[in-house]
Amino acid sequence: MKPAPFTYHDPQTLDEAYGLLATLENARVLSGGQSLIPMLNFRYVQPDHIIDVAGIAAISGITYKDGILKIGAMTRQREIEYSDIVATHCPLMREAILQVGHRQTRNRGTIGGSLAHLDPAAELPLVACAMDGMIHLGGSRGTRDVAFTDYALGFMTTAIEPDEMITGVSIPTWKPGHGSAFVEFARREGDFAIVAIAALMEIDASQTITRAALAVGGALATAQRLPEAEAILVGAKANDETFRAAGEACTQIDAVEDVHAPASYRKSLAGVLTRRALKAAAERTK
Amino acid sequence: MTDTRKITVTVNGKSHTKEVPTRLLLSDFLRHELLLTGTHVGCEHGVCGACTVLIDGRSARSCLTLAVQANGHEVMTVEGIAPNADELHHLQQAMQDHHGLQCGYCTPGILTTLFELLRDNPDPSEHEVRSAISGNLCRCTGYQGIVEAALDAAQKMRAGARS
Amino acid sequence: MSNPVADLKNISGEPQIGKAIKRLEDPALLTGKGRFVDDFHLPNMLHAAFVRSDEAHAKINGIDKSMAKAVPGVHAVYTLADLPKRFHNMRMHGMPNPHVSQNIMPYVLAKDEVCHVGEPIAIVIAYDRYIAEDAAALVMVDYEPLPTAGDCRAARQPGAALAHMNSPNNTAAEMHFGYGDVDAAFKNAAHIVREDLFMHRGLGHSIEGRACLCHYDEFTDHLTVYAASQGPHAHKRAICGLLDWDEERVRVVAYDVGGGFGPKMSFYAETIVASVASIMLKRPVKWIEDRREHFNAATQERDQYWDVEMALDAEGKILGLRIDMTHDKGAFMPHGTILPHISCTTVPGPFIIPAYKIDCHVMLTNKPPVAPVRGAGRPQAVFAMERIMDAAAAKLGLDRAEIRKRNLIPAEAMPYSMGLTFRDGKPLTYDSGNYPQLLKQVMEASDYNGFEARKAEALKQGRYIGIGIASAIEGTGLGPFEGATVRIGPSGTVTLLTGAAAQGQGHVTTFAQICAEKFGIAPGDVRVVAADTAVIANGTGTFASRQAVNAGSSTHLAAIQVREKVLQIASFILEASPGDIELAGGNAIVKGTDKKISFKDISRAVTGQSGYALPKGIEPGLESTRYFSPEQAAYSSNTHIAEVEVDIETGGVKVTGYWIAHDCGVVINPLVVQGQVQGGLAHGIGNALLEWMHYDPDTCQPLTTTLADYLLPTADMVPKAEISHVVSPSPLNPIGVKGAGEGGTIPAPAAIISAIEHALSPFGVHLTQAPVPPHHLVDHINKGRKKAH
Repeated sequence: MKPAPFTYHDPQTLDEAYGLLATLENARVLSGGQSLIPMLNFRYVQPDHIIDVAGIAAISGITYKDGILKIGAMTRQREIEYSDIVATHCPLMREAILQVGHRQTRNRGTIGGSLAHLDPAAELPLVACAMDGMIHLGGSRGTRDVAFTDYALGFMTTAIEPDEMITGVSIPTWKPGHGSAFVEFARREGDFAIVAIAALMEIDASQTITRAALAVGGALATAQRLPEAEAILVGAKANDETFRAAGEACTQIDAVEDVHAPASYRKSLAGVLTRRALKAAAERTK
Repeated sequence: MTDTRKITVTVNGKSHTKEVPTRLLLSDFLRHELLLTGTHVGCEHGVCGACTVLIDGRSARSCLTLAVQANGHEVMTVEGIAPNADELHHLQQAMQDHHGLQCGYCTPGILTTLFELLRDNPDPSEHEVRSAISGNLCRCTGYQGIVEAALDAAQKMRAGARS
Repeated sequence: MSNPVADLKNISGEPQIGKAIKRLEDPALLTGKGRFVDDFHLPNMLHAAFVRSDEAHAKINGIDKSMAKAVPGVHAVYTLADLPKRFHNMRMHGMPNPHVSQNIMPYVLAKDEVCHVGEPIAIVIAYDRYIAEDAAALVMVDYEPLPTAGDCRAARQPGAALAHMNSPNNTAAEMHFGYGDVDAAFKNAAHIVREDLFMHRGLGHSIEGRACLCHYDEFTDHLTVYAASQGPHAHKRAICGLLDWDEERVRVVAYDVGGGFGPKMSFYAETIVASVASIMLKRPVKWIEDRREHFNAATQERDQYWDVEMALDAEGKILGLRIDMTHDKGAFMPHGTILPHISCTTVPGPFIIPAYKIDCHVMLTNKPPVAPVRGAGRPQAVFAMERIMDAAAAKLGLDRAEIRKRNLIPAEAMPYSMGLTFRDGKPLTYDSGNYPQLLKQVMEASDYNGFEARKAEALKQGRYIGIGIASAIEGTGLGPFEGATVRIGPSGTVTLLTGAAAQGQGHVTTFAQICAEKFGIAPGDVRVVAADTAVIANGTGTFASRQAVNAGSSTHLAAIQVREKVLQIASFILEASPGDIELAGGNAIVKGTDKKISFKDISRAVTGQSGYALPKGIEPGLESTRYFSPEQAAYSSNTHIAEVEVDIETGGVKVTGYWIAHDCGVVINPLVVQGQVQGGLAHGIGNALLEWMHYDPDTCQPLTTTLADYLLPTADMVPKAEISHVVSPSPLNPIGVKGAGEGGTIPAPAAIISAIEHALSPFGVHLTQAPVPPHHLVDHINKGRKKAH
C-alpha cells in the first residue's frame, strides 16, 4: 500500500499555488494529509501532481470579527481544539472537534482538508452545514465564497473546480447565550459517526425557541439541514415534547444504507440523537 | 522518472539530509532510509497507530505523512524516548512493570502517543488515558496493562518533577 | 502462586515457576530494538509485491506482464508458468483425512482459475516496494467471471453455484461425531429446546502482517527465510517439501513476530514463491504483507450455522444433544478440517451430556480460506452450547446459573472421558479440573446473586443492564512434540535453545524461569535462543496454546538432565557427594564450605583435552536435548461472567464488568497468564460486538477491507477482566501446566450475548447470533415493544 508516483510541489504563496492549479493536469491539494494520504496509499486516487499547501502562511489561522469566525484552510484541527476564540464563540465546533478522529490525526489534519474530502459522516462539514458556513475558494480566475449548501454537491463531491482550492471557511457565530450540542453515535471512540446531529438554539425568557438550526451527518450523501424539524422548533417551547416532535420529524430523512447499518437504523438514530442534541443544547442556553 | 527532493529532517536530535522520492512515506523514510526500524507499520491507512511518531513534539501517523512533509521539521521516534542507552524512560519501565506489551509491535506507537499525553497532561485520569490511546490498536494485551503503565508512569514522573 | 507439582530436589535456591517475573523480552521491544522481518536489511535485497485476483471466481484466459516488466527498477515478473517446471502442476500441501472428499489446495500461483479475491496470480520483484506495486498494477489478467458460491448454507443446496469450476459440488467434508442413544434421549425427554444460531468470526489481524525475507545464498547453496511465522520448523518442512530439498539447506528464523493469533501458523504460497524467486534471482527477496492483503489473503475464520436441539428431563438435567452445523471453509483447505472438528468436539464442554450427535458440513465458498484464529472454532461451539443452556433455563424457569450447576461434571469424576475423539486423534478425556469451583468462584466475584436487585434498581433509572455466564473447556498443549536444548558452553552461561516461536506470549521469560531454577540462577541469566531452526533439529510450532506444555516440559526435562551432569562432574572434581552440592551464582558449591567450581570450568572439563580420554561414564559436552511429546491434550477450563449496559435507543453496548475464573493448571508466570487472558478477552469482545468481515452476497467481493470498516476493539471498549485462578495441575506433563492462550477469548461472545439478552429481557429479546451490531439490537427491541402493545 504505497502511493503511485506523482510530482510534488510546495508553493509558498497563494498565487504560486493558483498558478500550479491552473496549469497542472490531475493535481490534488495536500494539506494535513489525513484523508488524502490513505487514498493515495490505497491507490484509490492517483494524482500526477501533489500541491502541498502547508507552506502558505496566509491560509492558516483563526480570527474572529463582527460575529464571523474565520478559519484558514490549513489550520490544523488541533489548533481549533485548543483555540480560545473557537471555544468562546463557537462551542459547537469545539464540541465537534473533540470527536474528530484521534489526537494523532487532529495534530495533522486541517479544516480545509476535512471540507474538501467531504466524508458524509465527517464532523467539521456538519458544523459548517449547521451554521451556514461560507467556504472560501480561490484560483487564478479569482476568489469566490460558496455557501455550504451550494458547496456540498453530493457524496464526497464539492463545488471546488479543478483549478481551485479552499482557502478558508467563515462561520457566522450565534449570539452569546445560545445553546448548542454535537451528538454522534459511532461504534468506537474516534470512528466516523453512523449518524451525527448538530443542534443550535436560542430561547427567550419564556422558554420559547426563537432560533434553531439542526443538521444531520452520516445518514445522507452529505451533511444536510433538517428544515422540517427546524420549523417545528422555532416558536415552540423548549421542552421534551417539542424535542420529541422534532426528533420524530428527523426520522423521515431518506437515509443511506451500507454494510454498517440499514437505512431504518439511521433514521431511528437520527430521531434519537436529534432529541438528545436538542435537550443538551437547551440546557446549555443562558 | 521518479520525482525526488533533497530533504533535511532532524530525527531524535540528529540531522539527516537525503535525496528521497517525493512519494516516500515518512514511515518508510525512517525505517528503510535511516534504518530506524523501531517505528512499525501496521495498516498504512492511519487507523492502527503503530507508526505514530512525534513531529515537532506532536504525535502523528508517519504512514499518513510524506517524508517531504517532514522537511525542516523535528521527528522523535521510539528510539529517542529513553534518556540514554542503559536506562529506560519511566514510561518504558512502567510498560515492563505492568506487562503493557506482548508482541511489542504496536508498542512504539503507544509509547510515542503516551509520551505526548503525559507531557501535555501530567495527571491524566484513566478515561483520558484510554481516550488518548483509542487511536492505537493492540491485538495482544487488551489494553489493561498499558493503561496501568501510563497511570503509574505519570505518577512517577510527577514525583520525579517534584524532587 | 506456587507450583504444587514442583520437585524441590531438582531445584537450587528459590523456585522460579510461579513467580511474576517481569518479561526479559521487553527492554529491546520498548526501545525500538526488535528484530521483526521488515527490520532486516540485507545487501542486494529486492522487494516483492503480488498481483492478486480482483475476481472472487473466474477463469484466467491470459496474463500480459509486458508493461509490468518494462517498468524501470523491476527485476522480474513471475507467473506460475515462469517458475521451475516442478511447480506447474503442484498444489500447496493440505492435510487430508478420511472425512475430506475434496481436499482442494491452491497452486503456488493461480493457474487457470481464481477462487477468491486476493488469490495470488503473479509476483513482481523490484528495487523497492513502491516500484513493485507500480508494476503489479500493470500486469493485465484476462478474467472470465464465473458464478460464485457465497453463503455456506446456500452453497449446500442442490444446483448451487460451484466454488471450483471442476468440482461435483461444494462439499469439502461431511463429519459425524457422537455417542450414546440420542433418539432415545429425545423420546424420553420432559423438555426439548431448539435454537437456530449463526456465528461469524473474523480475522487474526496481528498488527504486524505476514512477512518473509527469503535469502538464497548461491555460494553456500543455502536458503534462509526470516519469517513472521508461528511455526518455523513446520514452515521449514513445508519449504523443503515444496522444493524437494533436504533440511540442511534451509533455515527458518522468526525472532520477533508482531502477533500471530493463528493465521501465521498456516504456510502460504507467498513464502514459497518468494523463496523460489530468491533462488532464481540469487538475491534476497522481501515480502511484507500489507493490511489489504491480510484482509484478502491471510487465512481467517468466518461463518458457522448451528441448528441445535437439546433434550432435558423434568429437573433440567441434560439427556441429549443433537446438532446440524454448516461451516464455511472458504476456497481452499489449509489445515484440513481441524477447525470444524474442534468446534464439533468442544460443544459438550463442562457438562454431562449422556448422548450427543453432531453432523457437520464443511463447505467450499469463493472467499479466503478458513483456518484457526485464536480460539479455533471453540467460541462458536461454546456459543451454541451456552445459548441452548440459556434457552433451556428459560423454558424450565430456572436461573441460568442453576441449570448449569445441575449439569456440570463434578470434580470427583476426573479424569472424565467424553466418548469422542478429539482432533489430536485421542479419546477426548479431560485430564483434570474443577468446573463447579470455577462457577462458584466467578459467581462470588461478580456478586451474581445480587445482580437481579442491581438490575431492578437500574431499571428504575431507565438503565438496562444484564449479566451472562459462559464456560469453556479447551484441549491445549497438543502434540506431536516440541523440543529444547539446554547447554552450558565455554562461557559458563546457561543457554536454552528451542524451536518454539513466540508472538507475544513471553516464552523467553517463562522458559527461562523453568530453566533457571534448576541451576540456582536468575531467569535473566539464562540466554534463550528461540524460533530458529538452526539451533535445534526438530520442532512443531505455536498453536493450540501448546508451548508451555510442550516446550516448557522439554525445557524442564533438559535442564534437569544438565543439572544432574553438573552435579556429577562437580562431585567428581570437588570430591564430594552430589547430594552435598548446591548450585548458586554460576558455581557448584559444596554445602557449608568454600569449595566450589564454576559452570565455566565444569563446561571446559567435559570438552576434554586432545588425545586424552574422558573420565569413565562421562559423555562429552554439558548439554541435553529433550523432545516432550504429550500423550493427549491437557484440558484448560474457565468460566466467564459478563456485565453489560445497553442503550436501548441506539443499541450501543458497553461491557461494564468482566470476571473470569481460569484454570490452566500450574501457572508459570502470573503476569504473563494475566496478560494472555486479558488480551484474549479483547478478542472475544471483538467477536461479540464488532468484528465482521462482510462480503457481497452475490459477488463475494469483500466489503470491509479497511480497519475503519472492520472494527477491532479499542482501549475504550475493553474493561479490566477480574481474573481468579483455580489450579488443577495436569497429570500429563512434568510441570503440571495447561495452555493459557485462548481461555480469555473462547467463552466471551457467549457470555456477552447472554448478558445483552438478559439486559433486554423487559422486551423479550432473544439473540441467536454473534456478533450483534447495534442496529440488530434496536430491531429486536422495537419488535419486543410492538409485541408488548
